[in-house]
Amino acid sequence: MNAPDLDATVAAVWRVESPRVLARLARFVGDLDTAEELAQDTFVAAIEKWRQDGVPDNPAAWLHTTARFLAVDRIRRRDTHRNKVRLVAATSPQVVDEELTELVDGDLADDLLGLIFMAAHPILSPDARSALTLKLVCGLATEDIARAFLVPGPTIAQRVVRAKRTLSAANIRFELPGPAERPGRLAAVREVIYLVFNEGYSATSGDSWMRTDLCAEALRLGRMLASLTPHDTESLGLLALMELQASRLKARTGPDGEPVLLMDQDRTRWDHLLIRRGLATLERIDQLGGTAGPYALQAAIAACHARATAAEDTDWVRIAALYDGLAQISPSPVIELNRGVAIAQAFGPQAGLDIVLPLFEAAELRQYHLLPAVAGDLLCRTGEHGRARKHFLQAASLTSNTRERTTMQRRAAECAAQHADESSE
Amino acid sequence: MRYMVMHYQTQDAEDGIRPSPETQAAIEEYMREAAMSGVLLSGEGVFPSSAGARVEVTDGKVRVIDGPFAEAKELIGGFAILEVDSLAEAVEHARKFALLVGTERVDVRRVVEAEDLK
Repeated sequence: MNAPDLDATVAAVWRVESPRVLARLARFVGDLDTAEELAQDTFVAAIEKWRQDGVPDNPAAWLHTTARFLAVDRIRRRDTHRNKVRLVAATSPQVVDEELTELVDGDLADDLLGLIFMAAHPILSPDARSALTLKLVCGLATEDIARAFLVPGPTIAQRVVRAKRTLSAANIRFELPGPAERPGRLAAVREVIYLVFNEGYSATSGDSWMRTDLCAEALRLGRMLASLTPHDTESLGLLALMELQASRLKARTGPDGEPVLLMDQDRTRWDHLLIRRGLATLERIDQLGGTAGPYALQAAIAACHARATAAEDTDWVRIAALYDGLAQISPSPVIELNRGVAIAQAFGPQAGLDIVLPLFEAAELRQYHLLPAVAGDLLCRTGEHGRARKHFLQAASLTSNTRERTTMQRRAAECAAQHADESSE
Repeated sequence: MRYMVMHYQTQDAEDGIRPSPETQAAIEEYMREAAMSGVLLSGEGVFPSSAGARVEVTDGKVRVIDGPFAEAKELIGGFAILEVDSLAEAVEHARKFALLVGTERVDVRRVVEAEDLK
């Protein structure tokens, strides 16, 4: 096998196997730094050996065997050192072999879950959690993570270093949280995954509308989590939500790169494999008893759109009811805004305005361009073009996305024309 | 990128011989692991060709032939669709599946998606 082929194979094997190798090593040695070091050593050994002898038939098995060997060696050396220290302190040495018998192959699922829990530990900031998770659980290179988040490579490298330092300082070891802790820890994991997804789904700054690579990673993580916690309705809900939202990715930009709103999208460009998967996951949630957590509810809302073959077929009444439920269990001004949009669609623009206009009091929405954008749209529909125009201009000034700004300015101009017509009548 | 990974029948499968409990377990373990990798979008197995048919068209004339067909090694046994970064990654998954399931051949082909048609 020539060098470029070997590189491609090793890169592919790393992508597939490194989280598993790392997870097992983390369980063996307990701390992330040592585990990562050993994982790197394993892959260096692989490249050297495979360059000579070619890629083995079963690269995964080769890696796991080598990783365990390196782990055993490291633990022995660590314990030898400890033993020397103990001898000096004249206490009896720990039997080294006892620890080594614990280096059995555990359940891969538990190992992966343990790694995910560590990388997404709530003691870390969301930024740190996402960088660490993408690096360790997805096996992404630092430069690729940096490119996806539109930050310099060293920024991500620093985040990873500091994150591991924080875990180390707090003496966070590899271990599966107990039943009491587990719901909270799972919530922290889901939060990271959805953060990564949203980063990819809608750019928060700059000219690009989407960075879909992050959506693909988040989906990968979401599927991983769903398979590791198959009875957890919120993990399933998160996956369903992301698959249904991702199904629309290819329809969200027009030929000139301008954003296309959901109601205007060409639905033949929606990914029906993802829709099928999302709907099937929602069905599984129902079969499990269908506890309506926030992710599952949002997924149910996305499903309403997914089921409508044409925009006119959208069941807005059902969506409004789902938003009523969502507003109760997970109230927020943004959800209230979305509820207003649904109510307007189901029961008319004035009903929507009754919910949306009071939201201008909410401090959290002061910089949120979608609030004036929605208000402008609803006021257009009630024929109040003068007021609508002011809101569109405000929306234009608040968004940092140039394409959205252009759209808002266009709508403001259209309102101005309408208003001028109305004034001259 | 999406890749279709198609595995080919073993003669035993074609003859309707159920896989040994160890192979069954290995296949189940593989499916669990594939799900855990987060790349599996869909996958199905198919029955032996005795339960199927073939349509052949020669010079515009259609012939329908009922299974079974002779060449087990030329017959698809099932497929999976994977969402991965590269052909190399799809090949790694195919390799693992082939070894675990004991099939002699797995074809890996890239799935045409909407933007590829532009």
